[in-house]
Amino acid sequence: MLFDPNVFLQQLVSTDYMLGAALSVAVAVLSLVLATVIGFFMAIGRTARQPYLQAPAHFYVWFFRAIPALLVLLIMWNALPQLIPALRADWFSPFLAASVGLGLVEAAFMSEIIRSALLSVDDGQALAGRALGMSPTKVMVKVVLPQAIRIALPPTGNELIGLVKYSSLASVISLRELLTTAQVGVNITFRYAEYYAAAIVYYLVIVSVLSFLQSRVEKRFAWTSRTKTTKNLTAAMEANTVGIS
Amino acid sequence: MKTAVEPAQESTVTDPSPREQTLPAHAIPAQPVLQVRDLHKTYNGNAVLKGVEFDIARGQVKAVLGPSGSGKSTMLRLMALLETADAGEILLNGTRIGGRTHRGHSVHLPERQLAMQRQDIGMVFQRFNLFPHLTAVRNVMLGLTSVKGISHHDARSQAMDMLAKVGLGNRADHFPSELSGGQQQRVAIARALVLNPSVMLFDEPTSALDPELVGEVLEVMERLAETGMTMIVVTHEVRFARRVANEVTLFDGGVIVEQAEPEQFFTNPQHERTRKFLSHVH
Repeated sequence: MLFDPNVFLQQLVSTDYMLGAALSVAVAVLSLVLATVIGFFMAIGRTARQPYLQAPAHFYVWFFRAIPALLVLLIMWNALPQLIPALRADWFSPFLAASVGLGLVEAAFMSEIIRSALLSVDDGQALAGRALGMSPTKVMVKVVLPQAIRIALPPTGNELIGLVKYSSLASVISLRELLTTAQVGVNITFRYAEYYAAAIVYYLVIVSVLSFLQSRVEKRFAWTSRTKTTKNLTAAMEANTVGIS
Repeated sequence: MKTAVEPAQESTVTDPSPREQTLPAHAIPAQPVLQVRDLHKTYNGNAVLKGVEFDIARGQVKAVLGPSGSGKSTMLRLMALLETADAGEILLNGTRIGGRTHRGHSVHLPERQLAMQRQDIGMVFQRFNLFPHLTAVRNVMLGLTSVKGISHHDARSQAMDMLAKVGLGNRADHFPSELSGGQQQRVAIARALVLNPSVMLFDEPTSALDPELVGEVLEVMERLAETGMTMIVVTHEVRFARRVANEVTLFDGGVIVEQAEPEQFFTNPQHERTRKFLSHVH
């Protein structure tokens, strides 16, 4: 059986693959958002001086770093609805279970990224903010966090790409994301090479787009007035600085 | 509680209008802007401040000299309420700041209250500590918008005025990484000054600068002193201390060794320690 380009191209433009790819990206993005929020509070907890804040954060990271993501997904989809009747309703979809499950696991890793980013912001920054009379919350939001985000961006981009690939684990809870789509097609046609090649192309495109977006976002955090690209155009410079802040 | 204390203090002044006399400024016994009483601070069993006391009157410039590790920077941080004293009191315009007396014990104020009180104290750091993610003008604006609640528009115009005063009106939209050390320190001075503090504290403001950039910062500080700002300057710049300060203080081993007018301090110091220190820096 030779590689049939027609089968390959057909799949490449099929709605099944596009839907699958969209689901993969959506699960990855949603779980990253959840992971960032949880991870931020866990990072705050781990850097706090109070033991009652430190201990739960420590436990969370310890627990979810140890448990395989696949097991978490199986628990989310199979075990939890048995224990909690509310989760047997229709709204609790494989999509939601996958996003939350991967988000919970990813939060443990994001908290480490955020923690090290927060710690790497120079102490003098918070000191200067406090000296101006800013409240602790303002110091965090206006001074420390913007600088921590810049440090956390590259590793977070890596995590997002990882999550796109991890979303294929959700095939075990019957989410028809990208890889499941390919697998279902293969099971019917036995055209392994063509279906898998189409999946490869999709993954490559997704990761390329995400990498491009990442570099765009990172440029926003360059903290220069970009005089090189907008020579002597004060108006353009003004527009840039407004865009950054 | 604070408002109850202040009028009582004023009523004890025998002559209610000393300012109306046509005496030279230094002869008026005005209420000190900042008073420090028996300040103690220990780090890990290491006593850094061992009972520091001084006053500074409005419009005065006090230069603080001393070897590294003498406790002078620690004293500045205590006055800026960035660290808490183990014992002693700091009074700003007659009101105690940083702590209060509760049932006979001195207790530190919560961070939120400290933040309020810090607005009235300007602090300039050795390493500038500008916010690298904000342009020069936004560095100056941040205190106005996020602490004083001033609108973006008004804050910007105030910040632009202040930047012009330190000679950086044409650098407003540059980021700190695009400014020289001297320019950064001038932005930092503008950032503290724009909140209109009662006193400005300088923690070795020129120590991290290339020698050729020191002058522009000292010039801004000298002009600031001429406007009548009350300033405490921890510095190694002996010439600046001599020319601009009203009073020079030598710090060593966590205590004030000598405190005198510049002329007296540099030409006829009373303490052997001061003579020894001056022989090294001259």
